[in-house]
Amino acid sequence: MSEVPGDLKYSQEHEWVRLEDDGSVVVGITDHAQEALGELVFVETPEDDAEFSKGDACVVVESVKAASDVYAPIGGTLVASNEALADEPEQVNKSPYEDGWLVKLVPSDHAELDELMDADAYEQFLADSAG
Amino acid sequence: MLQQIGIKDTEQLFDEIPADLRIDHFDSVPDALGEAAVIRLMRSRAAADGDAISFIGAGAYEHHIPAVVWDIATRGEFYSAYTPYQAEASQGTLQVIYEYQSMMAGLTGLDVANASLYDGATAFAEACLMAVRANRKSKSRKILVSRSVHPVYRQVAAGIVRGQGIELVELSLKDGCTDLTALKAFDGEDFAAICIQQPTFLGTLEDVDALTNWAHERTMFVVAICNPMTLSVLTPPGLWGDEGADIACGEGQPMGIPVSSGGPYFGYMVCRQAIVRQMPGRIVGRTVDLDGKPGFTLTLQAREQHIRRSKATSNICTNQGLMVTAATIYMSLLGSEGLRRTALQCHENTRSLAYRLAELEGISVAYDMFFHEAVLQLDRPVQPVIDALSQQNILAGYDLSATYPELGNALLVCATDARTEEDMDLFVAIMTAVLGQSEAA
Repeated sequence: MSEVPGDLKYSQEHEWVRLEDDGSVVVGITDHAQEALGELVFVETPEDDAEFSKGDACVVVESVKAASDVYAPIGGTLVASNEALADEPEQVNKSPYEDGWLVKLVPSDHAELDELMDADAYEQFLADSAG
Repeated sequence: MLQQIGIKDTEQLFDEIPADLRIDHFDSVPDALGEAAVIRLMRSRAAADGDAISFIGAGAYEHHIPAVVWDIATRGEFYSAYTPYQAEASQGTLQVIYEYQSMMAGLTGLDVANASLYDGATAFAEACLMAVRANRKSKSRKILVSRSVHPVYRQVAAGIVRGQGIELVELSLKDGCTDLTALKAFDGEDFAAICIQQPTFLGTLEDVDALTNWAHERTMFVVAICNPMTLSVLTPPGLWGDEGADIACGEGQPMGIPVSSGGPYFGYMVCRQAIVRQMPGRIVGRTVDLDGKPGFTLTLQAREQHIRRSKATSNICTNQGLMVTAATIYMSLLGSEGLRRTALQCHENTRSLAYRLAELEGISVAYDMFFHEAVLQLDRPVQPVIDALSQQNILAGYDLSATYPELGNALLVCATDARTEEDMDLFVAIMTAVLGQSEAA
């Protein structure tokens, strides 16, 4: 069973979102997602100041098998990308919830956070989709 | 079979296509022929080409190809235009491509080559698309393209990139090269890239260092279009200006492929390591297997069409395997010294021919600095002169009046290593006679 920390919000596309004290959000992919993708060899982060609506492709994660889009779980403006991933994309596999974060956004509408799942709901979602 | 797939008749297979787009008869397609009749037809068509002596370059170049090149390339082990579907089962094929990639990287002075593309024109179009994807410092979908780039390449690229909302903006010429003073007009405007051909379509030599530095100072990418035959003599694109070009592409035909009615040829593409993930097409890499033994494998496939679908870097995921095999053998046989000697021979032949022709009344050399192709200015329309020479088995060159009307009566001539002293004597003698018979305009 993959790890699902209790303090995060989750999307059906297997992204996690962490609300920071300053109102920004950090986005990454879940333990389940990194396991399904396999070892990542490249992470393409967006351009500075990029703006996203919920559901826009914002990051491309590339494993030896496939390049996959990561969709913005909520809308917002990019304030930071995890530049360490340029040299160490495998951090996404090793530490999906900490060192392997992908982007930091200033949300355009905090209400969109409420549409995401909490940890219990996401675990249930994983269990249901595994069925 | 129809029953198996659950349809009534073959017509049903075409239901998707609206009736008004369908043609039920083909007037211009002749009736079927038997094998013997087809062979007779093809022989007569081939004979119609004759065995004229060609002084036409303009993007396709006749070089001497050692017989052993195609003797090896057409061996059963190599004689397949495709990388096989289980590519790694064919280590020999992959190694040939790997060696080819290494040679192209060496010739261009850049880091990574792909396994080839269809031809020079589509390789150029792909390079434009790649530059827009890869240049993250520019938000522009506009690209500067010099008017000295092959006119057909510009036409093909414009057609291909239009669908992605990319616009090619033309840079004007002065004395057969990109007009450096005209660049000022574009200062302050955002462009994704500048595209420079060296040598130019007109055979002239651009100030590639100045153009490259100008573009890089403005966060543009530099796309180099080069004839690989010239790269053992001219500065390779990887060394242009202070930082080098970002992408090099072009037509690989001069490397061992005969000029045969326009194809098949192959396009090449090479780039800096940092942008390799935006390069279209296949790339062969060297690796080790589980036992530590070296082997070859297709690599960086994750962005190709069969995996990434509509988001692939390109919808071209193939390569010109057989042409590349011949080119690899050709380059191996000649080696860097042989390529250099061949290139210099082409330069000397063209130089000698152009200045001999310029001694004739009514002909002058338009630009003094050229590689292995020269623009001749005539005192009368070019096409009748070309027609008269072709009557006597000489293909005199490429008439520039349609693609470069501003040059007036201009003829582009080329004498490669395949042309002998006798060929050039004959050209000069017949040209003398032809000019004497017709009047200047």
